[in-house]
Amino acid sequence: MIWHTIIFWILAVLCVGCALCVVWQKNPVVSAVFLVGSFLALAGLYLNLQAPFLATIQILIYAGAIMVLFVFVMMLLDLHHPFDLYFRFTKPKLPKTIALGLFIWLLCALILAPAFPLAFPESGQSFTVAQIATLLFSKYAFPFELTSLLLLVAMVGGVVLAKKK
Amino acid sequence: MTLLNFTILAAKVVLVMSVLLSTVPVLVWVERRGSAFIQDRLGPNLVGPFGLFQPLADVIKFLFKEDPIPIEAHRFLFPLAPLCSLVPAAVTFAAIPFGDTIELWEKTIVLQIADINVGILYVVAFGSLGIYGILLAGWSSNNKYSILGALRSSAQMISYEVALGASLIGPLMVYGTFSLREIVHLQAGHWGILLQPLAFITFFISAFAECNRLPFDLPEGEAELVAGFHTEYGSIKFALFFMAEYLHMITISALTVTLFFGGWQLIPGLTPLAQWMGVATYPTSIGLSLLQVLSFVLKVGFFLWIFIWIRWTFPRFRYDQLMAFGWKILFPMALMNIFLTTIAIYLKWI
Repeated sequence: MIWHTIIFWILAVLCVGCALCVVWQKNPVVSAVFLVGSFLALAGLYLNLQAPFLATIQILIYAGAIMVLFVFVMMLLDLHHPFDLYFRFTKPKLPKTIALGLFIWLLCALILAPAFPLAFPESGQSFTVAQIATLLFSKYAFPFELTSLLLLVAMVGGVVLAKKK
Repeated sequence: MTLLNFTILAAKVVLVMSVLLSTVPVLVWVERRGSAFIQDRLGPNLVGPFGLFQPLADVIKFLFKEDPIPIEAHRFLFPLAPLCSLVPAAVTFAAIPFGDTIELWEKTIVLQIADINVGILYVVAFGSLGIYGILLAGWSSNNKYSILGALRSSAQMISYEVALGASLIGPLMVYGTFSLREIVHLQAGHWGILLQPLAFITFFISAFAECNRLPFDLPEGEAELVAGFHTEYGSIKFALFFMAEYLHMITISALTVTLFFGGWQLIPGLTPLAQWMGVATYPTSIGLSLLQVLSFVLKVGFFLWIFIWIRWTFPRFRYDQLMAFGWKILFPMALMNIFLTTIAIYLKWI
């Protein structure tokens, strides 16, 4: 159990540290690399929570596919863009403050909320892929299909936006 | 986890990683001598018997050469890129079973570093991370050839990863498990290629593209891009990219063997040998285990030779041909395989 805690803290610090570096870095490619680091640490946390399927999917989808496309696009962008455009004093102050307040409120609400009352009692142990699939295609079939529809709409939207030029 | 288990695990990691890493120089030697054999040349034959010490000399040279970083290169990402390339290539092998079990000191040791129940996904996930090394190397070098190589390679790897992933769904449906260990056990009677020939073809071709090997080595097409993404790299950093390429080859060959050629199941000719040696009768005797490991190594070696053979036989694709081939032939082929497998399973042919 002590190992569990030690690994948790190492991964948690890594995850949060990388996430902070994403925000602090001015170079978007370096930010992206830190984001990948954060995803990997998060996958480690999932593994620590006995969810190997979720961990591998996290690496496969987020670190392996989505972030690769991000970096790919960023490499094509002109990085000598004036950074002043996003500099902290050029933006109006009030919306920023409101957004920050809302974000902190949300965080506090999440932290203070009772620990996942809808969670499955079985989720204490490890879920096998077959169990996840059974749940996904029986009890949660409707939300699952809805998500796929959402992705389809997003894809069509992307094509429409790209075609406009 | 007891101390003994931990020691066994550590020993396995150290042993497998040392074997993997020391296979790379041997493989480089085989490649150079093999290419010479194919092209009717001699190849390196002066250092040691048959030129066997040539890789050793190369390693010494790599280690002691000057290790420059271009002035305009990115300070942080430029040295990071070779590591990003090497680490995923090295850790992927952890999920692959290279033997059944072995009995030592009254303990059954599983010949696999980690028996993960999502083994295939693990291999694919870490395989897909290797692309960062190439992308970052290309971008951080601040060189137009490097970035062109990196862009080509990422587009290529993303495209072929789709075909690779789709080609794995057929075998997954047939075996009904993600665990590579169970998959090998299920192939005791007949090898997976008999059930999934189309998946094997798709998988193996996309594997070439994933490893950046000829005929898909456009990221480093010498004729157009000097050396592609690793143009600016020298000495040990270049050696790390080189090692990553060969480690990818080993892992992909091992995965091919595990999925389609029975993993560590004995090569047909070896069963009489095992009986003759009298080790086949005890299911878990050390002799049989070693024969299984030998079968696995021989099979992997065969596929590594195919990798080398193809590299020195086929010319390079043109880039548009490569993309068209990936999206218009390989990917539909993989989808077709899923479709056919589904029908076969529904009709209970498999």
